[in-house]
Amino acid sequence: MKLKYGLAGFAGMVLAAGAANAQISDNVIKIGVLNDQSGLYADITGQGSVLAARMAAEDVGKIGNTTVEIVFADHQNKPDVGSTVVRQWIDQDKVDAIADVPTSSVALAVQQITKEKKRLFLMSGPASSDLTGKACSPYGFHFAYDTYMLAIGTGTALTKSGGDTWFFLTADYAFGHALERDAGEAVKAAGGKVVGAVRHPLNTSDFSSFLLQAQNSKAKIIGLANAGGDTINSIKQAAEFGIVAGGQRLAGLLVFVTDVHALGLKTAQGLVVTESFYWDMNDETRKFSKRFFDKHGKQPSMVQAGVYSGVAHYLKAVKAAGTDDPDKVAAEMRKTPVNDFFTKNAAIRADGRIMRDAYLWQVKAPAESKGAWDYYKLVATIPAEQAARPLKDGGCDLVK
Amino acid sequence: MFELLGIAPQALFGQLLLGLINGSFYAILSLGLAVIFGMLNVINFAHGALYMIGAFVAWMLLQYLGIGYWASLILSPIIVGLLGALIERTLLRRLYHLDHLYGLLLTFGLALIFEGLFRREFGSSGQPYTIPDLLTGGKNLGFMFLPIYRGWVIVASLIVCLATWFVIERTKLGSYLRAATENPTLVSAFGINVPRMILLTYAFGVGLAAFAGVLAAPIYQVSPLMGSNLIIVVFAVVVIGGMGSIIGSVVTGFGLGIIEGLTKVFYPEASTTVIFLVMAIVLLIRPAGLFGRTR
Repeated sequence: MKLKYGLAGFAGMVLAAGAANAQISDNVIKIGVLNDQSGLYADITGQGSVLAARMAAEDVGKIGNTTVEIVFADHQNKPDVGSTVVRQWIDQDKVDAIADVPTSSVALAVQQITKEKKRLFLMSGPASSDLTGKACSPYGFHFAYDTYMLAIGTGTALTKSGGDTWFFLTADYAFGHALERDAGEAVKAAGGKVVGAVRHPLNTSDFSSFLLQAQNSKAKIIGLANAGGDTINSIKQAAEFGIVAGGQRLAGLLVFVTDVHALGLKTAQGLVVTESFYWDMNDETRKFSKRFFDKHGKQPSMVQAGVYSGVAHYLKAVKAAGTDDPDKVAAEMRKTPVNDFFTKNAAIRADGRIMRDAYLWQVKAPAESKGAWDYYKLVATIPAEQAARPLKDGGCDLVK
Repeated sequence: MFELLGIAPQALFGQLLLGLINGSFYAILSLGLAVIFGMLNVINFAHGALYMIGAFVAWMLLQYLGIGYWASLILSPIIVGLLGALIERTLLRRLYHLDHLYGLLLTFGLALIFEGLFRREFGSSGQPYTIPDLLTGGKNLGFMFLPIYRGWVIVASLIVCLATWFVIERTKLGSYLRAATENPTLVSAFGINVPRMILLTYAFGVGLAAFAGVLAAPIYQVSPLMGSNLIIVVFAVVVIGGMGSIIGSVVTGFGLGIIEGLTKVFYPEASTTVIFLVMAIVLLIRPAGLFGRTR
């Protein structure tokens, strides 16, 4: 005990001496990357997100005398596991900010805890638009994408190009429900009709039964409101059941470039996807992605790029505010537009949504691709104002 | 036409058939488990991981050596069978005199290690494996579109299940096996090498898992997680069928595939749960399983 007090006293003296970082508690800024390290979302998020966070810390550079520490944990896609980790991080390990957190059900739980305990929550992995809607928080920021953006991108584009009847294949949890709802609304707004939906449990390996129901619905478009391994298996098995050959089209509402890599272009070609990031967009994204690839062996996904975006913006705000006080940092983050290798002057709205452009991509045919990871061609750019749900419609109580 | 609970009969036939296809995988996997449990009294939790390795071996044979599906269907079970023999010889053998629980813990640990290694090497989203040319395409059966490959899965698994049943129940080798299960000391007194039979049985059971893995490779993504997704269900199948019962595991495998398939139509949200519900009910009524004997 004595030693502990002694150390605290010593730290106090050091703090008092260094005026620049006088406001940073315990001289360490600790960021916890919480995601799926072992399951169906591990390739989209996982260690790649941890690497992205480390790269962000490296790029922002020194903040006074403080050290930036990145820790990570596996939430196994279970809200209870995620909540326990986050509580421990905040209460015992003095973690200042939580990053990533794919799986909307886990993210919703973490949003609640970080709101209550006043810690910054830099979301990149979760998709549910409720996180900046009725579940918004003054400390929660949604960096990469959300279900509304996906719905507006893929849903509207396909409905307008003639796919006016939809059947949804939905992952049965918060994310799938939010995506189905948002996409359904986008389809209706574009003049289409939703003829049915079937909900499958998360992490299903056999989709044949659900695909057969989708096939029998005679809908022109089968909307896949799922993600990761579930989407990969749905697309693969849809090809097997001759769904595309039979005249129906698949809409992968949330497809990541890593999923396309896993499927192979032969199976994935022609898919229309919405993402806010692709490694091969411009020189800056290629430069970042090369750095990332050299360490990780895969190109970064949109989520991993979003983790970089979130962590870098947070650390810059800490630097500018000269403190890690959550309220002050959150205010600084809202005040400053987000700028990094794939984000240009994106404002942050009152509900925590980062206003970035989204892009509609089409997966190349094998003949068009110049080699590994050359997968997308740009179809359209969706400006941020269209890609984000109108501020007043979200039901966020921070919006007045 | 008549409708059953709001589902057109055509759709229902389709779903029954799909259930049968999934049941094929359950049947082959639970058959291997039953054979191993019957002979070794080991609850082989590594079964799912070895199924996954079977699929990966097929993928690697294609990727690195250019060996196609048909050869893999034979080679992969042999390679994984050898791995199984190695596991039995070096690890499992030391545990026979202990409680079941130790075998379970060991194989569970092995499963975690194998899965971890493959995940580290290949990532969690898996690798694509295409359907062999001969089996691509599908047939319109009137009530559904049946991919030829899925039809092949049912046929292949039925052949393997029947052959296994025949060998164990109707041949001399099988009678040795069954006798060795009942009373290993007495059988070895007749000059039969019981440890070698045990070794071969484990290798065979594990080879069956690899066979199922190769069958599954073109349908599902070849992913490090594919085994752990399946293994719990397969254990439920074995428990419902009666631990160690060969015919029980096959019949229950197909039967539960169908029940699961129907659940996917009537109440899809419960499709992963329904098997455990059945398990609970069966265990309440018949604690030894449907085809099991109380020891």
